[in-house]
Amino acid sequence: MIKISNVSKNYGAFDVLKDCSTTVQKGEVVVVCGPSGSGKSTLIKCVNGLEPFQSGEIIVDGTSVGDPKTNLSKLRSRVGMVFQHFELFPHMSITENLAIAQIKVLGRKQDEAMDKGLKLLDRVGLKAHAHKFPGQLSGGQQQRVAIARALAMDPICMLFDEPTSALDPEMINEVLDVMTELAQEGMTMMCVTHEMGFAKRVANRVIFMDHGRIVEDDSKEAFFANPRSERAQQFLAKILHH
Amino acid sequence: MYEFDWSSIPGALPFLWDGMKISLEITLTAVVIGIVWGTLLAMMRLSSLKPLALFAAGYVNLFRAVPLVMVLLWFFLIVPKFIEQLFGLPPGTDLRLTSAMIGFALFESAYYSEIIRAGIQSVPKGQMAACSALGMTYGQAMRLVILPQAFRNMVPLLLTQAIILFQDTSLVYVSALADFFGAAYKVGDRDGRLVELLLFAGAVYFVICFAASTVVKRLQKKFHPA
Repeated sequence: MIKISNVSKNYGAFDVLKDCSTTVQKGEVVVVCGPSGSGKSTLIKCVNGLEPFQSGEIIVDGTSVGDPKTNLSKLRSRVGMVFQHFELFPHMSITENLAIAQIKVLGRKQDEAMDKGLKLLDRVGLKAHAHKFPGQLSGGQQQRVAIARALAMDPICMLFDEPTSALDPEMINEVLDVMTELAQEGMTMMCVTHEMGFAKRVANRVIFMDHGRIVEDDSKEAFFANPRSERAQQFLAKILHH
Repeated sequence: MYEFDWSSIPGALPFLWDGMKISLEITLTAVVIGIVWGTLLAMMRLSSLKPLALFAAGYVNLFRAVPLVMVLLWFFLIVPKFIEQLFGLPPGTDLRLTSAMIGFALFESAYYSEIIRAGIQSVPKGQMAACSALGMTYGQAMRLVILPQAFRNMVPLLLTQAIILFQDTSLVYVSALADFFGAAYKVGDRDGRLVELLLFAGAVYFVICFAASTVVKRLQKKFHPA
């Protein structure tokens, strides 16, 4: 589904990504973790071309992301993405947030888009809030709407960029529950997250990054039982104490 | 002691009203064209296409570095000849109003584009990323998501600029066009009551602009309750 081959990216002399390669199979859930500044968010943003990269290749469902001939908008409309800061459109109601891209990008009819949006809103447990505006919802609720908005496009896979990092602790679980459910339904997912509990529960594989390199890329069992690199051991020791 | 004599004002009201209509017409055209052209300039300036960004930066800096009176004068001298040739009008057609409108519109665009640029930049970058991630094109993202939010943030500033513009329309006196100020001046000159007429004109400008500013302040509170 997603094949990342030897991807490198730099800002001037600073290497953000160094020779990163990995693959995500259909239906697989891959958690990307690592210390801040390790390039994990950049890597996931390269997958749908939000961040350009200088060398290497990323193939998503047979389409090369870096190829200038690729219709990136079209590819992105098939890859769902959830951001750290939700990025709902504050000037639109929740229903409009859910419908706008379906109508403008996929060309769906108004009623169809509204229907689909409401169904997904129900699925994330927020049907009662359909008429509200994003500013009237809590962070956790906004993030669930953002997930529903991405799902409304019928994505072939979902990218999560630290979806719970901006949330108050008591709201993290409501978002993780939605993500867990999604994973169990067989959605292909790539998640940048520090939530190791989530990784242990639903991930098939864990990628550990440090200084722009993929240091570990292993099944979650192997990763949590005995991480090979010292850096990952330290990271886990720190993060699992909480 | 100077004795005020306001008697020439009532009879001159229709003439003054005609002048006010010209002032308002110029203001309205300049605001509308200024916002549209200013938005395009702002988008060019923020564009990653170097020639467009350079053009917009040059345009804005040029107009902001030159006094308005001078711009107006250039337009009075150049635009009529240009339009006459373009449309084959007989020489001497009165195009002062048209050139005033064009001059103001192009001048104000530079100021509006700076306000709009700041407005676009006030929208968090993640909004554009979210639009792209949903498969929207750059144009769709601007039109549906970025500009509506930017304009909402900018409404008070845009209106304030419109009020300044309305005051500045009095500068068309350099072409002897009878806008409100020009009309008042003409009546005062004719009747030897210049002081009264200019005081009256000043009072009218004050009432209109003060009322408009009050409305803007109310709007500001509504949009940004602090």
